[in-house]
Amino acid sequence: MPTPTSRGSMLLLLPIAVILALIAALFAWVGGWIGHRGLTPQQMMDLAQASGKQQPGFRRAHSKGICFAGTFAPTAEAAKLSTARAFSQRSIPVIGRFSASSNNPYAPDGASPVRGMAVQIKTDDGQEWRIAMNSFPFFAASTPQGFQQMNEAGVPDPATGKPDPNKMKALLVAHPEIAAFMAWAKTAPKSDSLGSTRFNGVNAFRLTDAHGVERMVRWSMRPRTPVVAMTPEQLKTADVNFLAADLDKRLAAGPLVWDMVVQIAAPGDPITDPSKAWPENRQEATIATLTVVHAEPQANGPCRDLNFDPLILPTGIAASDDPVLHARSAAYSVSFNRREREISQGKTAQPNVQNGSAR
Amino acid sequence: MNRPHHFNLLARVLHWAMAIAILSMLFVGAGMVVSLQYRDQLLALHRPLGIAILLLAIVRLVNRLTRPIPALPADLPAIQKFAAHASHWLLYGLMLAMPLIGWAMLSAGGYPIPMVGGVHLPAILPHSPVIYGWLRPLHGVLAYVLFFTILGHFGAALFHAWVRRDEVFGQMAKGEPK
Repeated sequence: MPTPTSRGSMLLLLPIAVILALIAALFAWVGGWIGHRGLTPQQMMDLAQASGKQQPGFRRAHSKGICFAGTFAPTAEAAKLSTARAFSQRSIPVIGRFSASSNNPYAPDGASPVRGMAVQIKTDDGQEWRIAMNSFPFFAASTPQGFQQMNEAGVPDPATGKPDPNKMKALLVAHPEIAAFMAWAKTAPKSDSLGSTRFNGVNAFRLTDAHGVERMVRWSMRPRTPVVAMTPEQLKTADVNFLAADLDKRLAAGPLVWDMVVQIAAPGDPITDPSKAWPENRQEATIATLTVVHAEPQANGPCRDLNFDPLILPTGIAASDDPVLHARSAAYSVSFNRREREISQGKTAQPNVQNGSAR
Repeated sequence: MNRPHHFNLLARVLHWAMAIAILSMLFVGAGMVVSLQYRDQLLALHRPLGIAILLLAIVRLVNRLTRPIPALPADLPAIQKFAAHASHWLLYGLMLAMPLIGWAMLSAGGYPIPMVGGVHLPAILPHSPVIYGWLRPLHGVLAYVLFFTILGHFGAALFHAWVRRDEVFGQMAKGEPK
């Protein structure tokens, strides 16, 4: 046995306690428990679920949705732009989701200013690509902070029941780009069908080809079904779920097809600002067709429990530094964690097979 | 029984390497869930590092169970001996459980599990919102349990080194004299 050496003073417990407290404090700071860390995805989702008519077990935004199934078929052009297997595999079965922008899963389709389309593409090399697109041509704000401030400004003032006009003024001073989005939301024509809706992935991604050449692109799904715009009166009087009914009717008659087109950035184009559209005359390439053949309610559909995180990307496609893109990934994860937790605790309003409007 | 005065070289190398890896993992994990901008990059680091820790933890457990280890000081109070043994086995349990729960949780969440260079791990559980809804918070809670256990372990090590001035710290810090 080694002979015991002389013991140290118990006062040495003090520096030990200080060292442990410093490590704990650093951990608490990194984890966002102490100190000001700026906007977090939790704060964004707190605001989202506190506004509107959030239902447990549903997404914190784009809660109303319809699952779909179909195929993704790349064109010969696609493989020249990226080594991603999705750009060379002949035909890939996919699932996806159409959505309305509100967090109320029972919101009337005619009232939704924005529609969404999400797609999951799993290729035969085991890789996966998830795409989340919207019907707006550019995003509301340049940054997640601007988007959050916009949503804060939209919360009704308890005194008047209406958003505070001063907050809205302050918002447009701090984030002038939001005015363009508001103008779009007010004036853009709405088509009478999801099948004729164009969906845009407003964030930029980097495609890498077989020679290592990189191109920054933004993609969109352009419908082959002709657009028939609805009047404001028609939107107001249309059935709550007219888009689902229309989809069923059209799919009974045949598949719906979109061309996936990428717009290729020129030097100087705003890569990291999704609120700025790139000029119309940029070089474009049609990289795939998306054929939707089947739709079903999300309550029991395969799209319900998928997080369409736009940063789930295969080799050959990478994210840009667009802060909104990264914030979307972070926020969707929080939304997914919260709703799956609610479902696991039986606190969900889903599935709701009796009420067909929970699609 | 003829017990060594120090942990063997493999145990010591694994201990210090994994101390760095596990602490990095805890900080990456705590930071990524509240980050708006860097979540994906941190997650891309978190997944393969977690699997690396799982593999190293298996090697370490086998080494721990099959090779003789130095004894705690004979005069150590029983309560401290118990705390030492309990915390060591808790650390082993958590360093094996955390990566497995992370892997299982991503499987149940329907997520792909990419490592590096396009390699993917297979799912080890079915896609299930109920399982994901339990495993995801469990992963977070156990991360904090692991963090505080490591903190206690580190505090005890410093107590042995600075206050008791016994052989315990040296058993893991130094090899047998040549």
